[in-house]
Amino acid sequence: MASTTAFEPIISGAWGKPQSWTLDSYRKRGGYEALKKALEMAPAAIIDEVKKSNLRGRGGAGFPTGLKWSFVPKDSPKPKYLAVNADESEPGTFKDRYILELDPHMMLEGIAIAAYALGVHTCYVYIRGEFKFPAERCQAAIDEAYKAGIFGKTVLGKDFQLDCYVVRGAGAYICGEETALLESLEGKKGWPRLKPPFPAVVGLFGCPTVVNNVETLASVPHVFSRGSDWYAKLGTDKSGGTRLVCLSGTVKRPGVYEVDMFTTLSDLIFNPKYGQGMPEGRKVKAVIPGGSSAPVLGADELDVAMEFEALKVKQTMAGSGGVIVMDDSSCMVRCLWRVARFYAEESCGQCTPCREGTPWQTRLLRKIEEGRGEMSDLEMLSHVAASIAPYPPIGLGNTICALGDAAALPTHSFLMRFRAEFEAHIHEKRCPFGDKPWGAFGDWS
Amino acid sequence: MAEPLFTPEEQKKFDAGIAEIISHYPSDRKSAGMLPALRLLQDLKGWLPPDGMRLVAKHLEVTPERAYEVASFYVMYHLKKPGKYTIDVCTNLSCALWGAEKMLAYLEEKLGLTAGEANEKFTLRETECLASCGTAPCLQVNEEHHENLTKAKLDALLAKLT
Repeated sequence: MASTTAFEPIISGAWGKPQSWTLDSYRKRGGYEALKKALEMAPAAIIDEVKKSNLRGRGGAGFPTGLKWSFVPKDSPKPKYLAVNADESEPGTFKDRYILELDPHMMLEGIAIAAYALGVHTCYVYIRGEFKFPAERCQAAIDEAYKAGIFGKTVLGKDFQLDCYVVRGAGAYICGEETALLESLEGKKGWPRLKPPFPAVVGLFGCPTVVNNVETLASVPHVFSRGSDWYAKLGTDKSGGTRLVCLSGTVKRPGVYEVDMFTTLSDLIFNPKYGQGMPEGRKVKAVIPGGSSAPVLGADELDVAMEFEALKVKQTMAGSGGVIVMDDSSCMVRCLWRVARFYAEESCGQCTPCREGTPWQTRLLRKIEEGRGEMSDLEMLSHVAASIAPYPPIGLGNTICALGDAAALPTHSFLMRFRAEFEAHIHEKRCPFGDKPWGAFGDWS
Repeated sequence: MAEPLFTPEEQKKFDAGIAEIISHYPSDRKSAGMLPALRLLQDLKGWLPPDGMRLVAKHLEVTPERAYEVASFYVMYHLKKPGKYTIDVCTNLSCALWGAEKMLAYLEEKLGLTAGEANEKFTLRETECLASCGTAPCLQVNEEHHENLTKAKLDALLAKLT
């Protein structure tokens, strides 16, 4: 059922306004009033409100946030931790960077509310190493918050201590996986842990830990400033609020756009408010709807809302909100090779199917793209991908973490939807989209 | 006698930095400070000299092997002395669709380096997504972001790197 509430951007509303990243600007917009409200409530009531809001995690998996918070044991004698996942590294995804750079206090307010609700006294904001500037902006906002008595020995005068530290990663995509992130926070290489136990029970330093994405926490203040009913009504029955989507690839106006859950992929690409359509003379050929790991869709499948359930019906996923558009001059073998290479580079090497399978996929794809492929290579490619993770279903691969799924899903879906193009490479013994067997693609001058 | 690892000024910064890092973690979890401590060392020396890694390990009360294990897992740590400027070029899908592969080839030709190689002035690397997909193509020079690059913009940027 479509929302009857007029759409307004809530996360990105201040972007572009002068000094939007400062405490002063945030307070003038009503910042930290939601925290004041939350501090008057019982922690359990806060978690209930978040549950009622239907807020779902914006990092990729889309797990209900309130439910995740409720898994933290209330009677544990151990300290509890909050870890913010700002390790944004999925190709096609670049939204959290904007929150950290343009409105970090919105996330910090979410952190303070979450920490109070969960009984957390220490929060670590784990920011990917390549984000030097966003990390500096975030640190400056934390410093302001300490100075203003929002963090520190008391939170806005309440008898509740909260410390918040920025930790920069050092260049490993796998650390965006929540248990790998915890290993990295513990000062180790980012090897994902077996689950269960889940971090809510055994997390950082063996203590109960909640890991939330930047956008998820930035959404939390709105649940309290405007109410959980209002927030829930912005979205669908199962997913409240708005969401940030990142539009990239060959469209006229790439960027981060805040949309409601009913906005379709087609609308995002062609609406003058968003992507403004394709470059002159080009047509959409394929779209990845939720970051590079999300199964690709063809041009005839774009009339689908960019929300969790609708995309699931199409056997793909909303993921991290990264929409990548490929036009009709793009070679699908080349595109998949780029994606496959990424997962081969970023595999942590812990599980054999992923460690061995991801470079194998990459080698096969390069062979096909260079015109050296045989039909049996397609069967082999399919077999290698299935050995990492079968398709469908999504999320039941043969590896400890979802990186294996992420590496296999694009292969399965590209082969399923664009098989003729792979076969054309083999029959013609060259890439049909370029004069050279292994030339660069894309316009640049 | 071997040259000391740090100048007195660097030593002061290292000691203060390590103390600050350790204060962010429970007292029995000093080793959690490994990533920031290695970054501190790299910021001071430009790379991770083995003596420095041993020193970090000592402060964090772990073995030197543990420090090396962590340092070698993450791509942003330099285990060898890099050029004065490290250029990381994103060639992932969104950037590639806007010609990042051609941009990398242009850089390779201009600098006389193949991606993965270094000379005294430049280290050139092909890197994975830098989260600039909407402002592609992009690269980083010593962790500073440069987006929406054209040939003219890139030439102007290179001219500034002396």
